[in-house]
Amino acid sequence: MATRQTQSLAKIMRAPAIILLLIWMIVPLGMTLYYSFLNYNLLNPTQTSWAGWFNYQYFYTDPAFWDSIWNTLILVLGVLCITVVGGILIALLIDKPIFGQGIVRILVISPFFVMPPVAALIWKNMIMHPSYGVFADVAQFLGMAPVDWFAQYPLFSIILIVAWQWLPFATLILLTALQSLDGEQMEAAEMDGASALSRFIYLTLPHMSRAITVVILIQTIFLLSIYAEILVTTNGGPGNASTNLTYLIYRAARLNFDIGGAAAGGIIAVVLANIVAIFLMRAVGKNLD
Amino acid sequence: MGAITLQNVRKSFGDVEVIPGVDLEINEGEFVVFVGPSGCGKSTLLRLIAGLEDVTSGRILIDGQDVTDAGPAKRGLAMVFQSYALYPHMSVRKNIAFPLKMAKMPEAEQKARVDRAAKILNLDSYLDRRPGQLSGGQRQRVAIGRAIVREPAAFLFDEPLSNLDAALRVNMRVEISDLHNKLKTTMIYVTHDQVEAMTMADKIVVLRAGRIEQVGSPLDLYNSPANRFVGGFIGSPNMNFIEGEAARRMGAHSIGVRPEHWRMSTTEGAFPGTVGVAEHLGSDTLLHVELDSGENVIARAEGEFPVHHGDKIWLTPQDGRVYKFREDGLAA
Repeated sequence: MATRQTQSLAKIMRAPAIILLLIWMIVPLGMTLYYSFLNYNLLNPTQTSWAGWFNYQYFYTDPAFWDSIWNTLILVLGVLCITVVGGILIALLIDKPIFGQGIVRILVISPFFVMPPVAALIWKNMIMHPSYGVFADVAQFLGMAPVDWFAQYPLFSIILIVAWQWLPFATLILLTALQSLDGEQMEAAEMDGASALSRFIYLTLPHMSRAITVVILIQTIFLLSIYAEILVTTNGGPGNASTNLTYLIYRAARLNFDIGGAAAGGIIAVVLANIVAIFLMRAVGKNLD
Repeated sequence: MGAITLQNVRKSFGDVEVIPGVDLEINEGEFVVFVGPSGCGKSTLLRLIAGLEDVTSGRILIDGQDVTDAGPAKRGLAMVFQSYALYPHMSVRKNIAFPLKMAKMPEAEQKARVDRAAKILNLDSYLDRRPGQLSGGQRQRVAIGRAIVREPAAFLFDEPLSNLDAALRVNMRVEISDLHNKLKTTMIYVTHDQVEAMTMADKIVVLRAGRIEQVGSPLDLYNSPANRFVGGFIGSPNMNFIEGEAARRMGAHSIGVRPEHWRMSTTEGAFPGTVGVAEHLGSDTLLHVELDSGENVIARAEGEFPVHHGDKIWLTPQDGRVYKFREDGLAA
């Protein structure tokens, strides 16, 4: 029934949702763009004036700026590496028929249901804490000095927490890809003399490439805006050691009350995110068609 | 190279015994067809030979060597799967070369062998395509190509033609038979289609419920079936069975007459009946006849036979073409 009439009807029916989504996106973006050219401080909100490019210059010359870009990149790449590699390994493991498979799968997926601040606080106070944490207990049991994770390896600690949260997502997507792998192909490869490792490299990995692409693209979108985990654990410190771009923007807006500067940072983040997206689509997007 | 012996091979999945014990001798260079209705264990038997399943007990020997516990790759066999099982992200060339690559053969030798296989199978112009861009028959040929480059001791075919349309199936049947004549390698071919079995095999193994019912050349099975099952399974259309008084008169529990072994007359004969459906195919005529004694039988006449629905007809078995079976189904 794809007549011209039903098509135009479909357009009219779709329109409200699309228009709503558009407004939802355009209005905040437009306001951010507008604020980024204003001198606008919450300590003195009535006194706004046109600032031109000053906010951008100010944000860009902030000594924390390059640190934050670098940290953002390490954070995204680190989490991606851990979740993709770990996700493939866990998916391979739980794809095998075992007793209690259903429960094991639910357990594996469960971290995804924990809210980011809650997860980060649990990691901070119950797992990584230098005196109460499980890691400290293990270290002491082995006769080593406990590690003060957030002071000594702040960015790595945050990568660990975020990776723990996103591992279930990667595992889930990769597991479904794994389950659609044709068993006869595997048997054919076995007959062809391929070892388990060769079968993984030549059959399983290419088969999962599309799913891996999806995992990388979706996770990158969310990982660029990691914020809650940093706020409740290190507060971006020590120094700027765990400040990423999102957190730097938060700091400008909420600690310095500089709305104009934060808006400029936001626009820079949007531009950077788009650059990353273009690179990603070039690099891995061909797997999607 | 390529003599395969099964010694009392048994296979059960949990409590279900699929193959209760099979002894079989496959000679070098033979084209052996495993045939039987679905679920008779023919594919399982092939997978046992391939090493894709472990035997529950018994021994499998290839060229006198015990391979019962050897992995599939170690047995030197190649298999063509029903779904072809081509590697979708590799080109045809890479698909065919894959077993050679796994065997770490030098590149030049790989290329030479792939080119030779492509030539035999008329795949030259498709070598750079992906399997997804090929038709069913071409994929089938790639799967066969992947099997022949390894120069295996034997080829295993698992219902390789069942995904093809009827016309292509006839072509591929001829191609596989040709290939066997060229390569002279042992081939084991699993099918449920008795026409494939009859046309291709040197030796047919008829299976039912995991047991071998009869082993023999196609014409052996056609001319002297060991039991009622084999009689009914081999031949198309199926053999007609008549029980009761008529069979007792011939000293058997039941008698079997193939559709092509009836003499038909519109005036007199041994079994009077009424024509139901008459299928006039031109080359021959198939008559579905309801005998006055109640049985439905099929009779086949060569050329045209001018009867129609509702006509009276008399059928008489040709001399020496009546198969007699005892009550337990064995040939009497």
